[in-house]
Amino acid sequence: MKARTIKRHLREGLKNIVRNGWMTVASVGAVTMTLLLVGAFLGLILNLNHMAEKIEDDVVIKVLIDLAANDEDVIALGKDLEKVSGVETVIFSSKDEELNSLIDSMGEGGEVWELYEQENPLNHAYIIKATDPHNTEAIAAEVKKLNAVDSVSFGQEVAQNLFKFTDYARTVGIILIAGLVLTAIFLISNTIKLTIMARSTEIGIMKLVGATNSFIRGPFFVEGLLLGVLGSIIPITVVLAGYKIIETSVGGISSIGFVEMLPFNPFAWQLAGIILIVGAGIGIWGSLMSVRKFLKV
Amino acid sequence: MILMNDIYKTYGNGVTALNGINVEIEQGEFVYIVGPSGAGKSSFIKLMYREIKPTRGSLLINNKDISEIKEKDVPLLRRNIGVIFQDFRLLPKLSVYENVAFALEVIEESPRNIRKRVMDVLDLVGLKNKSRFFPNELSGGEQQRVSIARAIVNRPKIVIADEPTGNLDPDTSWEIMRVFEEINNSGTTIIMATHSKEIVNTIKKRVIAIEDGLIVRDEQRGDYGYES
Repeated sequence: MKARTIKRHLREGLKNIVRNGWMTVASVGAVTMTLLLVGAFLGLILNLNHMAEKIEDDVVIKVLIDLAANDEDVIALGKDLEKVSGVETVIFSSKDEELNSLIDSMGEGGEVWELYEQENPLNHAYIIKATDPHNTEAIAAEVKKLNAVDSVSFGQEVAQNLFKFTDYARTVGIILIAGLVLTAIFLISNTIKLTIMARSTEIGIMKLVGATNSFIRGPFFVEGLLLGVLGSIIPITVVLAGYKIIETSVGGISSIGFVEMLPFNPFAWQLAGIILIVGAGIGIWGSLMSVRKFLKV
Repeated sequence: MILMNDIYKTYGNGVTALNGINVEIEQGEFVYIVGPSGAGKSSFIKLMYREIKPTRGSLLINNKDISEIKEKDVPLLRRNIGVIFQDFRLLPKLSVYENVAFALEVIEESPRNIRKRVMDVLDLVGLKNKSRFFPNELSGGEQQRVSIARAIVNRPKIVIADEPTGNLDPDTSWEIMRVFEEINNSGTTIIMATHSKEIVNTIKKRVIAIEDGLIVRDEQRGDYGYES
């Protein structure tokens, strides 16, 4: 396409935007609302995912070894554990190590446990990590059947509830976003249909004198793109500013282990990029939808 | 040049407009298409610039069957055919110059060529001194001359006119006919559907009469043959 033609399409597209006045405002408004919600949902879901993954990473199975087991039994159990399918790592933790970590985890209150250093009542343990954290429960059940196992524990409740929640949030989010995007596309395509109707004589003459469909489509493509991009300005600003504020305030409570947000840089910028792309996509799709019908001979 | 072979056209609503048309038109001919309203004249005309496709039969223009060409090649066909309507179809917000230049802009002609060709063609139709006027500042005849200028600015080999004098008074109609004759003298084929008995009977050319979708008469230097 010639530079002159691109310039013409840009000029005509811009003219349409101005000419359509309130319809332009309405479409940009619809795109803005959509993208605000898309941005908020995406930000929320991706952060939830991130947190879930972090927790998932921390989900381990603790296998307490029977107090009656001798050293050979312990070694044999270690080998058996490695053979269980879906197991990534198996780490042995002696009862002394267990006691030390217990004392450490309790802080000052842990001093009470120091009394037991002479006669440690704890079990030796194996700490297992699953390749896929979703299989934790199945692996735990498998491990329970092995010899020399006293008990098996893992953050069952937390892990399962979290998985359920993130799956649910993802599904709801995707449905909502899809609905909003379709609504915005519909609104944009209606705005552009208005332009097309106002210019149907012009389009008719263009076709008559031999303009190609892509040439005719040009200005409408630009119009849609601009509506989408204009609609993404406010959402991008809100997302960048909002994320910064939330990140700063959550930073103060980040001692709550899993509440760790994705870092502003690059995440917020990536989110802004996605919003811009989705906005442009909505605009272009909307415009092409409305022009398509008109161009059929 | 133009060869219609056993052309039938039935519209989606079941109305049959053309019922087996066979005709040959040579390059440089001037042809009137006459007949009562609803006889099929407009369908005949529309076929030639691929506004519609025949239901059956072939339509060859320069040995190419235009009913078979792909949708994306239709614009190329139309660049070689100028079309003129009874209602002028000018863009009211564009000046005379811009209306004519529009036809060249949309086919991405260079600005230098556009300027030269538009001024040449406005000179030909006698509107060079009104190039900055807007359509509503012109008389009907002048508006039709602008639409003729737009149709021929691409230098098409064929010009198709659907009742171009239908909205004009007799004096203005003669002016328009003089422009058509001039274009025809330069070798361009002119195919003109008309209801004007005076024009057909005065400026003698080939006459093709269509009734009920069939050619009922085809005469060199013929008469209108109907009461107008």
